[in-house]
Amino acid sequence: MKILVTVKRIPDPDEALKFTGGGLDYSSHKRVPNAFDEYAVETALRLAEKVGTKDRQAEVIVLSICPAGQRQHVTQFLAMGADRGVVVDVDEDTLDTIAVSKAIAAVYKKEGADLLIAGKLSQDNEGNQVAQRVAGLLGAPQACFAAQLAWDQAGKSLTVSREVDDGVETKKIPLPAVVSVDLRIVLPKSVQNGATSPDHAYQEGPRLASLRGITMAKRKKVATYSLADLGVSAGSSEQETAVVAPPARAAGQIVGSVDELVEKLTKEAKVL
Amino acid sequence: MSKVLVVLETTADGLRSQSLPGVTCGQEIAAKTGGELHLLVLGANAGTHAQAVAAAGYGAAAVHTIDAAALDPFTAEAWADAIVHAAKTLGASHVGGTATSSLRDALPRAAALLDAPLVAEVVEVKSGDTFSRPVSAGRALLDLKVSAGVILFTARGTEFEAPAAGSAVAVSAIAAPALDTRGVQVLSVEKTASARPALTEARVIVSGGRGMGSGDNFVHLERLTDQLGGALGASRAATDAGMVPADLQVGQTGKVVAPELYIAVAISGAIQHLAGMKSSKVIVAINKDEEAPIFQIADYGLVAKWEDTIPRLTELVAAHTSA
Ligand SMILES: Cc1cc2nc3c(=O)[nH]c(=O)nc-3n(C[C@H](O)[C@H](O)[C@H](O)COP(=O)(O)OP(=O)(O)OC[C@H]3O[C@@H](n4cnc5c(N)ncnc54)[C@H](O)[C@@H]3O)c2cc1C
Ligand SMILES: Nc1ncnc2c1ncn2[C@@H]1O[C@H](COP(=O)(O)O)[C@@H](O)[C@H]1O
Repeated sequence: MKILVTVKRIPDPDEALKFTGGGLDYSSHKRVPNAFDEYAVETALRLAEKVGTKDRQAEVIVLSICPAGQRQHVTQFLAMGADRGVVVDVDEDTLDTIAVSKAIAAVYKKEGADLLIAGKLSQDNEGNQVAQRVAGLLGAPQACFAAQLAWDQAGKSLTVSREVDDGVETKKIPLPAVVSVDLRIVLPKSVQNGATSPDHAYQEGPRLASLRGITMAKRKKVATYSLADLGVSAGSSEQETAVVAPPARAAGQIVGSVDELVEKLTKEAKVL
Repeated sequence: MSKVLVVLETTADGLRSQSLPGVTCGQEIAAKTGGELHLLVLGANAGTHAQAVAAAGYGAAAVHTIDAAALDPFTAEAWADAIVHAAKTLGASHVGGTATSSLRDALPRAAALLDAPLVAEVVEVKSGDTFSRPVSAGRALLDLKVSAGVILFTARGTEFEAPAAGSAVAVSAIAAPALDTRGVQVLSVEKTASARPALTEARVIVSGGRGMGSGDNFVHLERLTDQLGGALGASRAATDAGMVPADLQVGQTGKVVAPELYIAVAISGAIQHLAGMKSSKVIVAINKDEEAPIFQIADYGLVAKWEDTIPRLTELVAAHTSA
């Protein structure tokens, strides 16, 4: 089993945005891994490992489209436990979403992967579409917004619980397939791999890299491709024409008591 | 001429009301391009469901259906195939719908099959090819101009009013294409049972955060919610801790809501939470920490513990509503 996990670097969401005339200036922002991709890597590692042993039942490959010289996030994921990396060497900001998806689909085919795990969303551009697109390009089944996942190795399938608008849908998909993960995939018992005891409770959230992991990461292989190697062109279907800050809300007031609050909601705001 | 195709979702009772903002967005694109609006109903019983849509018309040129057993229950796989087929058959210039969990699942897949761009979570139609959408947890609004033979979009439900009904239009069936569900099986769809209005449609929302301490304590918020006839919401910390079901989460990765009144109780106001509720008309924050960021966007803030305020608030609201 080969699991490909897409990982994106984004401008640190905890830093303030810098608006320039018509655009956003990220040049001084620290780049950090997209949180959903940390969850995606954690999901892949939980599928791969047999807790309590050194056995692994899958290879975990992290894939990022980013300048080859700026792949610290890839190294971070290798330190966390991924086996090797693939970098598509291009400034991702110059690609449209169609090209990003095609590049990922091309690497998936080249690797002969059995499963792609992506984040549900990039925290910066909030596209919420790359996983679905790659599944479409591959003609593969998809399970997006996954909150729970169980791998049936004999049946070569995954049973995935997905968070939908008014509840939870459970969908069984044959491998090879594409999954995108939601926040709750990193709760202690969200991932079942058929080998680790179903009672095993993981620590909540993505794991931290160990010291040994950090040392090992430097020795792990990272393959680099260009877009041309993959037969993909950068695409020009999207153009940002303006960026503005959303309208600010008018300043509010602090009230002294519940009675005053109700009085204001009734007479001033007129919402009661 | 542009042809704007809007995909609708139906329930046993007819049109799913969450689909309506997507229709309005489609009307706006059609108006700005001097084109036609077309509506698409998919499902095992699409012909029947389309009748109610056709009666309301919504200014559309026609309501189209693809009737096929493989479209029920919803799968992104079969729906994307059907949407692509309809878009090609009709020669659509735009294809979209409301950003519901189903269409966020199926439309990007359809976009890939059409080799077309998709503009997600449109909040404003600037022209036939330029759309505003929020990015970075709603901290910036981006105008995205797309150029392609066909443009896909999802419309953010809170930003488009429900469309006015128009005169009745005809229903025309499109012969179902081969639909490939790629071997997927929908095992179950568990809907959260609730007598309350849907979060995305409620006039009032009461949301609780980690500071509620436990799921049991939410009963205090439920009482207040019911006095107000509202919906219950929550922060990620509360849903992750299992205090309330996950589908109550409001925020960047939860529901985006814009009620007339949003009451945030024991919620700190992280940027990801604000992304889902800051378009609310009136925001009330109750938090024991006066430094909590939620106070920066609240119209009315009360620095206090929920234990000391929610019972009294519920009592006063009850007295007010019965008066
Ligand atoms: C990728 C990503 C996506 C996310 N998406 C979302 C999202 O969609 N929605 C979301 O909500 N969060 C989201 N988050 C999480 C978000 O960053 C915050 O962690 C979360 O919103 C915090 O929830 P909270 O306010 O309930 O908890 P806390 O931040 O812990 O705040 C609890 C508050 O309760 C107050 N309090 C405690 N006791 C009392 C009392 N007795 N009475 C009154 N007040 C009290 C405290 O003063 C405090 O302000 C996301 C995070 C990431 C990384
Ligand atoms: N440049 C990139 N490199 C690797 N993965 C990416 C890249 N852009 C997007 N992705 C993946 O696609 C997911 C969804 O992104 P989006 O559809 O843009 O919100 C992310 O969580 C990543 O897993």
